[in-house]
Amino acid sequence: MFTLIQIELYKIFNRPRTYIAFIAIAALTIIVQLGLKVDGKEYADFVMADLKNTFSIDGKIINGYFVCYVLLQLLLVHVPLLIALIAADMISGEANIGTLRLLLTKPISRVQFIIAKFIATCIYTVALLIWLAILGLLLSIFIFGTGDLLLLKNNYVVQLQQNDIFWRYTGAFLFAAIAMITVAAVGFFLSLFAENSIGPIVATMSIIIVCTILSTMSLPLFNLIKPYLFTTHLVTWKEFFDIKINNQNETIAGSIQNPAKIINSLTVLIAHIIILISITIFIFKKKDILS
Amino acid sequence: MKKLGFLFLILLCFQSIVFSQDATTLLNKVKAKINLVNDYTATGKMKTDITFIKAPIGKVTVYFKKPNKFKLKKENGISILPKGGVSINIGAIINVEDFDIIDSGEEIIDNTITRKIILLPKNETNDVALSTMYIDAEKLLVKKVVTTTKENGTYQILLSYGNYSQYGLPDKVVFGFNTKDYKMPKGITMEFDDEGKKEMREKMKNKKGKVEIMYNTYIINKGINDAIFN
Repeated sequence: MFTLIQIELYKIFNRPRTYIAFIAIAALTIIVQLGLKVDGKEYADFVMADLKNTFSIDGKIINGYFVCYVLLQLLLVHVPLLIALIAADMISGEANIGTLRLLLTKPISRVQFIIAKFIATCIYTVALLIWLAILGLLLSIFIFGTGDLLLLKNNYVVQLQQNDIFWRYTGAFLFAAIAMITVAAVGFFLSLFAENSIGPIVATMSIIIVCTILSTMSLPLFNLIKPYLFTTHLVTWKEFFDIKINNQNETIAGSIQNPAKIINSLTVLIAHIIILISITIFIFKKKDILS
Repeated sequence: MKKLGFLFLILLCFQSIVFSQDATTLLNKVKAKINLVNDYTATGKMKTDITFIKAPIGKVTVYFKKPNKFKLKKENGISILPKGGVSINIGAIINVEDFDIIDSGEEIIDNTITRKIILLPKNETNDVALSTMYIDAEKLLVKKVVTTTKENGTYQILLSYGNYSQYGLPDKVVFGFNTKDYKMPKGITMEFDDEGKKEMREKMKNKKGKVEIMYNTYIINKGINDAIFN
């Protein structure tokens, strides 16, 4: 199995397409960091304008933690599209170049074949997030330094002390890994049904876009299906950055406002992964491989 | 009978003038006491109790320099103070000029009998519309101030004294105010989830905010660089 995964990883990282995602993340991250380095104060003034009508805010608002949060807000919406480029190509790519039938002549089971391919996809996904963490968090801390994190929600403001933030990012990235693996599972599942990569990639992107729109629209009809859409749960990483308060309205360091929501989202996402991969294995075992 | 009535009226006016002069004297005595402090650097803790702000208790350093330079810095952090928060500094409140002073009797604050003095600005452009002070006349300490401003609404400052009462500097200041509506566009917050919105809306009906500063130490009259206030 380990050799199979190694082979799949070799194939993934030997394709130039793989590095598009890494380059895109690096470019976007550096552009945002550069912009905030030059005009960070103006950006903070714009974002905090409503709050500043009533309050005087003093301190280093634009710091590494804040920049990373801005980057995650921007990028974690688009990273699924980059993951689809690889995940949706995993089986259909082999079918396209005619190697699928050849591979299955080897003495390995179809289940092992699918699992090895999916694990390799997961490793690629996690590598992409580690890359994002290095650039988005560590590089931002290096450039902007650390400080308290001041976040604006729709109806309230959250201030986190700097010694209570890093573990939240660790949690958020781990959560994002599960969320992105779910996206990978969708792409991987769709790649089963085509003999070229374009179809599954476009289909995965379309599903992400449509489901994201359904998740963000507050209409009673959509509210019924929202809890079951994986896109609703992709943004739950933000819950790591909301903190509990006691009766005196004092924040409780090390707490999360709504841990149940994180657990619920993780359950839904993991259920999606298990169901999609199980169906993929089930169909693939019975599939007549012609290419 | 008419003469008696006239005499009573004169006595009433005379009493009012005397009381007003007493209030001015009292206020001047308090001013003189506070004016002994040219500058101070104080350290303490700040607690923000505002319905829609989840903020931690943080260590703060407060700088003051006469006549009204005031700066509050949160150690390695971000401080959120209500506008008009400069008035958390008692020196700025008491060193007011061009005010009409009205003595409004006595009131008990924290089991202490205080003199209630109302200050009305003579200048119409002044942001302060009305300010009421409750002064412990025996110890020459300001115990409470209620100020109504044109721009920032009404706020109340409660002061408790301890080790530094001889300088008129409080150990604890509680700054109470009415909060305004807070609502951010979703496009800015990127929060598309409506969950918890109702609960927060209910909480926000209580639009009272409070900022407490508990001072531990004061360094008085040791000089402060003006650059700190920039």
